[in-house]
Amino acid sequence: MERQSPLFSVFIHASALVLAIVVLAPVAWLFIMSISPAADLSAKPLAWWPSEIDLSRYRTLLSAVENSAGAAFIASLLNSLKVAGMATLAAVVVAVPAAWAVSRTPSVSWSFYVVIATYMLPPVALAVPLYMGLAHFGLLNSVFGLALVYLTILAPFTTWLLKSGFDAIPREIESAAMIDGARLDQILRLLTLPLAAPVMATSALFAFLLAWDEFFYALLFTSDQRAKTLTVAIADLAGGRVSDYGLIATAGVLAALPPVLVGLVMQRALISGLTSGGVKG
Amino acid sequence: MTGTWISTRAWLLMLPLLVVMTAVIGWPLIDTVRLSFTDAKLIGTEGGFVGVDNYARMLTGSNFQRALITTTWFAVISVAAEMVLGVLAALLLNQKFRGRTALRALMILPWALPTVVNATLWRLIYNPEYGALNAGLTQIGILDSYRSWLGEPGTALAALIVADCWKNFPLVALIALAALQAVPRDINAASIVDGAGPFNRFRFVILPYLAGPLLVALVLRTIEAFKVFDIIWVMTRGGPANSTRTLSILVYQEAFSFQRAGSGASLALIVTLLVTILAVAYAALLRKAAGAS
Repeated sequence: MERQSPLFSVFIHASALVLAIVVLAPVAWLFIMSISPAADLSAKPLAWWPSEIDLSRYRTLLSAVENSAGAAFIASLLNSLKVAGMATLAAVVVAVPAAWAVSRTPSVSWSFYVVIATYMLPPVALAVPLYMGLAHFGLLNSVFGLALVYLTILAPFTTWLLKSGFDAIPREIESAAMIDGARLDQILRLLTLPLAAPVMATSALFAFLLAWDEFFYALLFTSDQRAKTLTVAIADLAGGRVSDYGLIATAGVLAALPPVLVGLVMQRALISGLTSGGVKG
Repeated sequence: MTGTWISTRAWLLMLPLLVVMTAVIGWPLIDTVRLSFTDAKLIGTEGGFVGVDNYARMLTGSNFQRALITTTWFAVISVAAEMVLGVLAALLLNQKFRGRTALRALMILPWALPTVVNATLWRLIYNPEYGALNAGLTQIGILDSYRSWLGEPGTALAALIVADCWKNFPLVALIALAALQAVPRDINAASIVDGAGPFNRFRFVILPYLAGPLLVALVLRTIEAFKVFDIIWVMTRGGPANSTRTLSILVYQEAFSFQRAGSGASLALIVTLLVTILAVAYAALLRKAAGAS
């Protein structure tokens, strides 16, 4: 590294401080709103720091008293878990064999690119027939119906991640086992899949978060507590006549917790995934 | 083992994925095309064939033209700002300073926040009565009285763009940072010895390493920005006075609020075509850039 002049060093540290504030302040404010007494949030001038720590909203949202705000929140939380869980499971089940086949057989790879290209499609291009189809099969406002629709996003995404995962496992290992007389199912079960386990876990995790985040289809295809997901519940809160902004903030903090924790823990995997796609072009 | 068998086996393994994709993407897409030539309603009437009426009406309507302009503004400004801020942040994060590791980790926060939570958070910040932006600007004396940032056509789109940039520039920064770390130290050092100034160093030593990954980020971000729905729906629902109504919001209103499935479908396909053109143009650009380097 070159030697830095003191002035340059001051500039770098000041810029880093500004960047830290820009990134951190909105998130910190969301958290502060969630623990500030309601009076602080409507005070003028605004109280930037809570006069006392008020955790009552967390208790409200996480208590399952019937017909309360908490019951609705918990129901949507469970719906999000169910939909994201089912969609992720189904996506991994169809993506693993396909990704392996594409990774080992160049002659079918064109179909893989067709699958990946569907990522470009705006969801509005599919929404009307999907709505009519779900209505036809009685799957509107159902966690199964929504999970099925989420495959439009999750299946291509997981296939793409898994394909690069399988690409990284040398096929020579598989050929060697084959020469030794192993059958294909044995090779996959005992060799390739165990080696691919970490990348499968990462792919499943990112697919789950993608479904956890989804809003457009959930808004269209769910209407009440039986299937409404967390993102729709929060949008309802934000757009409704809730007088306590702290409650909206609390719902936001709780919904953001899983992806933020995963993001912080899996940062390395995330960035290497992003850049491997980038470097290869 | 013969080539035919290997290829057949591959197709068999891909079958579940292809069946699922046909059911949830292929068929709906084809049905959208069919619907776009009918006057079908979302519920009830099947609708009759109306030729290209829907397309003609949508393309010449002022709603579409205005939404196209709004979407273009949103996409161009937010993506450009994200790229510039992202590269600047990456250049900073590549310097040595105390707390660098922690700051790099922090950058993941906005990215990890669900889009709807981000939109809700900024909606609270922009709140006309109790929002932090009004409070902060008034307290330091920049603003005389509270404003309705999302309620005035003049500021709503800009406010949305700020919220979108905040969420997405850290991702660009992390991608650019990973690319910067691939710049060989000795080349960078040699260029300093050779007397290259900071600008030339960026242009000729660093930028070639950044260009590829940044171009990919640019492609993906532009396509996403062009499809934008969630953040706008949660923050403004396309208002006030339709000043933030992007194409996706317009399709939603046409097909679901007004239940005009036919014209909604034609509008959706126009949007799809525009996104495809963007993607193809970018792909050509990427190939050219790959050929040049």
